[in-house]
Amino acid sequence: MATIGLKRIIRSGWVGFSRNGIISFASILVVTITLSVIAGIIFSQAILASSLNEIKNRVDITVYFKLNTSETEISNFQSALEQLPEVAKVNFVSAEQSLQNFKEKHANDYLTLQALEELDDNPLGAYMTVKALEATQYESIAKSLGSNSVLIKNSADIIDKINYNQNKAVIDRLISLMGGAKKLGFLLTLLLMIVSIIFTYNTIRLTIFFSKEEIGIMRLVGAGGFYVRGPFLVQGVIYGFISSLVTLIIFLPIAYWLGKDMTGFLGLNVFDYYLANFWQICLIIFGSGIILGVFSSFLAINKYLK
Amino acid sequence: MIYFNNVSKIYQPDSVALEDVNLTISAGEFVSIVGHSGAGKTTLVKMILAEDKPTSGTVFFESVDIHDLRNKDLINLRRRIGMVFQDFKLLSNKTAYENIAFAMEAAGKTDEEIASDVPHVLELVDLSNKIMHFPDQMSGGEKQRLAIARAIINQPEIIIADEPTGNLDPVNTYEIIQILKKINDLGTTVILTTHNKGVIESIKKRVVTMDKGKVVRDDKDGKYVI
Repeated sequence: MATIGLKRIIRSGWVGFSRNGIISFASILVVTITLSVIAGIIFSQAILASSLNEIKNRVDITVYFKLNTSETEISNFQSALEQLPEVAKVNFVSAEQSLQNFKEKHANDYLTLQALEELDDNPLGAYMTVKALEATQYESIAKSLGSNSVLIKNSADIIDKINYNQNKAVIDRLISLMGGAKKLGFLLTLLLMIVSIIFTYNTIRLTIFFSKEEIGIMRLVGAGGFYVRGPFLVQGVIYGFISSLVTLIIFLPIAYWLGKDMTGFLGLNVFDYYLANFWQICLIIFGSGIILGVFSSFLAINKYLK
Repeated sequence: MIYFNNVSKIYQPDSVALEDVNLTISAGEFVSIVGHSGAGKTTLVKMILAEDKPTSGTVFFESVDIHDLRNKDLINLRRRIGMVFQDFKLLSNKTAYENIAFAMEAAGKTDEEIASDVPHVLELVDLSNKIMHFPDQMSGGEKQRLAIARAIINQPEIIIADEPTGNLDPVNTYEIIQILKKINDLGTTVILTTHNKGVIESIKKRVVTMDKGKVVRDDKDGKYVI
C-alpha cells in the first residue's frame, strides 16, 4: 500500500509540475539563480584559497651560513630544523649551487660577472629556505633559529644571518590580510546563502499559495496530509533536480572561458578546477538544490495543512 | 444520523450565523435546507464537515461529537460524506477522470478499482465523452455532474449539496436534482441547501427553513415558505 501511495504521489507531483508550466519555470529559474550563487561561491572560494596559497608559498625564512661552515654542521642543523613541528619544508642550497644560481640570474649582467671572475674564492655562502605549515608560525621558527641552543649547540657560530626580521613587517601584513580575506569570504558566503535561500523559499511559497484552493479541495475530499503534501514535495525535488542540472551546464562554458582567458588574472584555471572537482561540485549543487526545493515546499505547504 | 444540539455560531464581534439550532437528520432522508442568503445554511453545512467550530452546542455524527475528532479521524469522517458545492470545487489541473480518481486514491482504493469504477460513474452522470477534459473545458452543468460523480464515487453515507444549482440554468438544475433524487432512492442520505423555490417544489421531501441563523420551520413533504 505504501509503495502504491508513493507511486501515486510521484506521478501526481510530476503531472502537477508538467501542467503548471509557467509556475514551474519561475521556480526553476529562482532555484537556478540560488544554485548559481552557491556555485559562484565555490569557485570564488577556490580562487581565494589558491591566491592565498600562492602568497603563502612566497613567504619563507632564509638562513645564510658563514663561509667556512662544514657540510656536517649544516646537515646536523638541517636535521634538527626538520624536527620542528611547525616546519613544512626545508630547502638547502650549497655554496656552489648558490654561485651557479647567481650567475644564471645575472647572465646578461656582464660587469657583475666580470667582478665575480676577479675573486679567487666563492664569495657566496650556503643557505637554507624554511617554509612553515602556517604563516603565523614563522615567528616561532625565527625564534628557534635565533637561539644559540634550541636546534644545535652554538648555532650562532655557523649562522651568518636570518632574513626574518627584514621581512617581518611584510609577513605580518600578509598574515593579517589572509585572515581578513578568509573572514570576509566566509561572511559574504553566509550572507549570499541566506539571501538566496529566503529568495527561493518565498518563490516556492508563492507557487504553493496559488494552489491554496486546490489544497483545500483535496482536504475536503478526504485526502490525508501525506497525500496532499507529497506531490508538492515531489515538485520540490523536480525543481531542485532540473535547476541543479541547468546550473552545472551553465557553469561549463563560463568555467571554460575563465580557464582559457582569465587564468593569469585569477591565479587558478577555473575550468581545470571544475573538471577535477566535478563530482564534488555535482554533489553540493544537487544536494543544495534538492534540499532547498523540498524544504521550501515543506515549510510553505505546512501553513495550508493546519 | 446527524444531531445538532443547541448549536450557535457567532462570528466576532457580533455576527450571529447560527442560534440555538436543534436538528435531527435520519439515515436515508432527503432534507432540503432553505432560506435567504445569510440565513445560516452554509454555516450549518460547515458544522457537519467540521470546517468550522460552533461557539456553543454540539454536532453529532451518529454517536461521535464531530468537533472532538482528531485530524486523522476527521479525514475518515470526510470520506463518509460526499460534498457538492455551488462553485464545484474541482481540481482545475486534473482531468475529469483524475478528479474522481484522486478521491478514490485518497480513500485508499486500488488501481484496478479506480480503472473500473471511474468510467462507470462518469457514464452514470453522462460524462463518458468528457473523460479526459479539464474542468475549464466543461460547461457549468457538466462541472456539477462531475462534482456529483466525485462525491458519490466512494459510496458515502451522506451527500451534502451546498447550493449545487446556484450557478446553473433550469435544464441543468433539473438534471442535477434528478441525479440527487436517484442517489437518495438508492439509500444515501442527501442534505441539500438552496433558495431555489422551483427545486424545492419538485423534490417534495422534508424542508427545513432557516432565517437569521434559526430554524423557523421543519416540514415533512414541505414547501418553500418564507
